[in-house]
Amino acid sequence: MLLINCPYCGYRDESEFHYEGEAHIVRPSDPDALSDAEWGDYLFFRTNPKGWHKELWLHSAGCRQYFNAERNTVTYKFKSTYKIGESAPSGEAS
Amino acid sequence: MSHHENWPKAWRSPEPKKRYDAVIVGGGGHGLASAYYLAKEHGMTNIAVLEKGWLGGGNTGRNTTIVRSNYLWDEAAHLYEKSVKLWEGLSQELNYNVMFSQRGVYSLGHTLQDMRDIERRVNANRLNGVDSVVVSTEELSKRIPYLNTSADARYPILGASFQARGGTARHDAVAWGFARAADALGVDIIQNCEVTAIRRDQGRVTGLDTAKGYIETPKVGVVVAGNSSVLAEMAGLRLPLESHPLQAYVSEPIKPVLDTVVMSNAVHGYISQSDKGDLVIGAGIDRYNGYGQRGSYSVIEHTMEAILEMFPVFSRVRMNRQWGGIVDTCPDACPLISKTDVEGLYFNCGWGTGGFKATPGSGWVFAHTLANDQPHELNAAFAINRFISGALIDEHGAAGVAH
Repeated sequence: MLLINCPYCGYRDESEFHYEGEAHIVRPSDPDALSDAEWGDYLFFRTNPKGWHKELWLHSAGCRQYFNAERNTVTYKFKSTYKIGESAPSGEAS
Repeated sequence: MSHHENWPKAWRSPEPKKRYDAVIVGGGGHGLASAYYLAKEHGMTNIAVLEKGWLGGGNTGRNTTIVRSNYLWDEAAHLYEKSVKLWEGLSQELNYNVMFSQRGVYSLGHTLQDMRDIERRVNANRLNGVDSVVVSTEELSKRIPYLNTSADARYPILGASFQARGGTARHDAVAWGFARAADALGVDIIQNCEVTAIRRDQGRVTGLDTAKGYIETPKVGVVVAGNSSVLAEMAGLRLPLESHPLQAYVSEPIKPVLDTVVMSNAVHGYISQSDKGDLVIGAGIDRYNGYGQRGSYSVIEHTMEAILEMFPVFSRVRMNRQWGGIVDTCPDACPLISKTDVEGLYFNCGWGTGGFKATPGSGWVFAHTLANDQPHELNAAFAINRFISGALIDEHGAAGVAH
């Protein structure tokens, strides 16, 4: 069981949370202007790294807030969690 | 007789040559099958299979060995049915007993909508020549005596679909059988040989940097399941994949109690009994991305709840082992068997939670794709560019939990 530090509620069990995939995917402001390849990339293609990853989580059985996390996909260890709109504490580009 | 000593080696394990006509990256079932069919069907014998660990040590050795072809859409039904047909002759083909047992696969329905979906899928299957029938709850209670078909169950069973030609196979034997047969045709199988870079020149593959040095080759087929995105990045490609842990479980061995495969999308679990007697159990993926070949305890609990909903009689069976594999899931629950933007580089991945059943068919169509530099009609629809064109093949219903 992972212990996840919700930025609003503190540490809670993993079973209270729902994983929402890669973080910092910005919806294109003008979808009509995109090529099929660019739109397909936005919808379906993901970075899927082996190692540190920026992820969107939802505290679905708690405060129901979305937040972002930096987590290692091999060790599963969390480096940080941070609110939507903030940048990752590690300062690395998203 | 020498008391199980002095067995001959099943394959040679040579040092890699400087150059091959094609290299398959990944020595699991799909990779070894690809190499076998490249050599046998397309006469390409100057080829190698590179495996970073040991043969069949990834998802091939970690899955729950279920085989079936009752998928909804034409493209998927044809692909998986090709595979079941190959399974039916595979032990003879490879001269290796893969213990393919057509014990049938039941997929339970618990709601009226489940039953409507099941009837639609069964009809679609039959139109595609895939054997499939709807079975009533009364019939289920006769065929699977320990299944809880009571109307008082929390999620009462209203019926099931049944594919009689489905079943199970011995996963390790599939890898070993393909490896031995490929080796006999001249394929070099090289273990402990991780690929570290894919070298390219003007948009063409030229070779691979590996743990055993540089290998020159004009064609590379990548069949590495959960690690597909990592290999894709080496060639500057992005794939529509996310890697997740998928856990599986076996119980202590017990006397024969279940002679078929039972799965349920609604309560979300599936179960069969191996020839050794242990119950082989699986359910859904861990929802977070993961490369760790292990998952979370909450998923174990969820899985056991689902099994006990179907089979309360197993409540006191002790679980023996639990493990995880890394599955590469695609947004439409169908694989990628495809050329890429890099000439000479091919990917066979995205099988998600259900790749084992497709092992021979996957290798068969991928070998065709590599040898001819174009897909077979069976896998043409499974190209990466369907996520650009929008021609998805949504098999979430048939893929379900299960496999």
